[in-house]
Amino acid sequence: MKSMTLHIQNGRLIDPANGIDAVRDVFIDGGVIAAIGTAPAGFVAERVIDATGLVVAPGLVDLSARLREPGYEFKATLESEMLAAMQGGVTSLVCPPDTDPVLDEPGLVEMLKHRARNLHQAHVHPLGALTVGLKGVALTEMAELTEAGCIGFSQAEVPIEDTNVLLRALQYANTFGYTVWLRPQDAHIGAGGIAHAGPLASRLGLSGVPVMAETIALHTIFELVRATGARVHLCRMSSAAGLDLVRAAKKEGLPVTCDVGVHHVHMTDADIGFFDSNARLTPPLRSQRDRDAIRAGLLDGTVDAVCSDHTPVDDDEKLLPFGEASPGATGLELLLALMVKWADDQHDPVALNRALAKVTVDAARVAGLPAGDLAVGHAADVVLFDPNARWVVNGAALASQGKHTPFLGYELAGQVRATIVAGRVAFER
Amino acid sequence: MLNPQLNKNGELQHLLSIEGLPKSIVNHILDTASSFVSISDREVKKVPLMRGKSVFNLFFENSTRTRTTFEIASKRLSADVINLNIQASSASKGESLLDTIDNLSAMHADMFVVRHAQSGAPYLIAKHLIDTKQSHVHVVNAGDGRHAHPTQGLLDMYTIRHYKKDFTNLTVAIVGDILHSRVARSDIHALTTLGVPEIRAIAPHTLLPGALEQMGVRVFTNMDEGLKGVDVIIMLRLQSERMSGALLPSAQEYFKSYGLTPERLALAKPDAIVMHPGPMNRGVEIDSAVADGPQAVILPQVTFGIAVRMAVMSILAGGHA
Repeated sequence: MKSMTLHIQNGRLIDPANGIDAVRDVFIDGGVIAAIGTAPAGFVAERVIDATGLVVAPGLVDLSARLREPGYEFKATLESEMLAAMQGGVTSLVCPPDTDPVLDEPGLVEMLKHRARNLHQAHVHPLGALTVGLKGVALTEMAELTEAGCIGFSQAEVPIEDTNVLLRALQYANTFGYTVWLRPQDAHIGAGGIAHAGPLASRLGLSGVPVMAETIALHTIFELVRATGARVHLCRMSSAAGLDLVRAAKKEGLPVTCDVGVHHVHMTDADIGFFDSNARLTPPLRSQRDRDAIRAGLLDGTVDAVCSDHTPVDDDEKLLPFGEASPGATGLELLLALMVKWADDQHDPVALNRALAKVTVDAARVAGLPAGDLAVGHAADVVLFDPNARWVVNGAALASQGKHTPFLGYELAGQVRATIVAGRVAFER
Repeated sequence: MLNPQLNKNGELQHLLSIEGLPKSIVNHILDTASSFVSISDREVKKVPLMRGKSVFNLFFENSTRTRTTFEIASKRLSADVINLNIQASSASKGESLLDTIDNLSAMHADMFVVRHAQSGAPYLIAKHLIDTKQSHVHVVNAGDGRHAHPTQGLLDMYTIRHYKKDFTNLTVAIVGDILHSRVARSDIHALTTLGVPEIRAIAPHTLLPGALEQMGVRVFTNMDEGLKGVDVIIMLRLQSERMSGALLPSAQEYFKSYGLTPERLALAKPDAIVMHPGPMNRGVEIDSAVADGPQAVILPQVTFGIAVRMAVMSILAGGHA
């Protein structure tokens, strides 16, 4: 699709990668950033967008968004979820391999990439399965999968039971320099658990997932990283104790990074209230102490990135008793506003810059993607949003086929006005 | 989110859990129950308080005993009772819980008595009734997963009040599989609400939920120490599937450490009462000499249970002044 020359004027440009937070015009030509501040010689804008009062920022890079294709089209389709990404200002997204069939063959990955490309919306970057069928037994053809477009390898929500297989997987991935994405979760402790093991779970009679399910897995992973040198990205950290271990591992110099889901930045297990299945998430929402540690980790850099952990779940799987409901929440359309909320909570003028870094340049760096910044010559993936526009989260108004989120009914600030992908205005409100 | 069991006037709309119930409502239920106890001794054991009302016993999990007591209580209130054993009907045909509720509501149910294996299932039903504006339909939780069994908790309180009068000078011990027990949780909330100063939980570490102290409970792993000087002993049933495996090595070893024998009972106050929600495993959690002994009030619990369930249902139905 053709991209036009665009002139975005009078906006507050926030480009954390390049340390810019000022009113600057942005000039786009041929799908890339042509200039910042003053127009390049001979630039003729085919379209001028007035961004007065708006923030102009790199398009968001979401490290975990389930598009549900292939296999779960009844929960969501690429069309619905890509539109949700556009409404949320997300221009690059990483999708985990837990589709049906699992993304463990190059053909499946190529098909997904092809379908996504034809929609001309967000850039889709699949993670390949680390083991065939996510079964934790045999390694996938990682080199072939990389050629097909995988940017890393993951077990999604399925921990590898056999530590020897995990060792081999890390050794093999490291042979080619691939990053392994792991959610630290012991295969047995907390298996079948549905809430943070704490006073609330005890009171409500919900089986618990103890923090040690995360920390035991981290100890194992770090020991294997020491032995193999493999680069590991830790997905969806949930606990204070876990973040302490990550902090120490980083200090030691281990090649590890980590992210958190945006729900865990704001919510705790208390938000389960009276068995609200919208607050049934994986990993579970934890205590206030854990939530506070996540927020502190965002500030001190222990937490590299925040993702939406977008997981569309339909009514039939959510309107069930808490323990029978499918875990997960819709998130693509909330990520930006929830980062604005985190920034607002800090009462610090540089907070918005910091918040955007976690969902742009820092996330791109973790994923190894050429995205998340607005340097001249780089792809013109841009979001324009009104940081003060308030809106109420309402399932019916979301583009995603997933209507369930624990933030239903919340009033949030920060609404996307336009999303530009490779110089093309893909969404406007 | 507001407490879904109270209406906007603070009156009981559903009975879902004892947690969050004001003491005044708990006492009102117990007082109402005492007026019903005598009905069971009459020649005609019926009052017309729920005449014309339909009570649906929805048992998604098997329970002959609890279902029967609710059935008797409904019948003594002159309600029409419909028993549904859902495992044997629609759920196995793939109908969702809320579809079942909608269908039964369309048959003009006035009350659902719900037993479900999942903690919180009655809350889902109550919330659905609110969302679909069916505020005339009431829900009674007859046991949900590990969460709550409020009518059992209330009948336990009725029993304690009957024998001990005053709650504010008691030490109560709850013994056994507290981890998996909805009865224990309901008892703890009820005892706390009624002002019992010392609640003890006695169990091995494998059968204790985490952070139990935060519910206001003193935890003992040694049964002899835990029973010293107590006024009330509530024994819990040990499910057979827990008796051997990663939680406990054997029923025999459990009885040796945590079975209530006459020797152990002697450590409690001389007038201590022994309770059990039933059905008992003789020789596993309780010695027959205790179960059949003078301090056991296990059968009166069953009798009081019917009066307490009548009280709850009649208060919900609004038929009791």
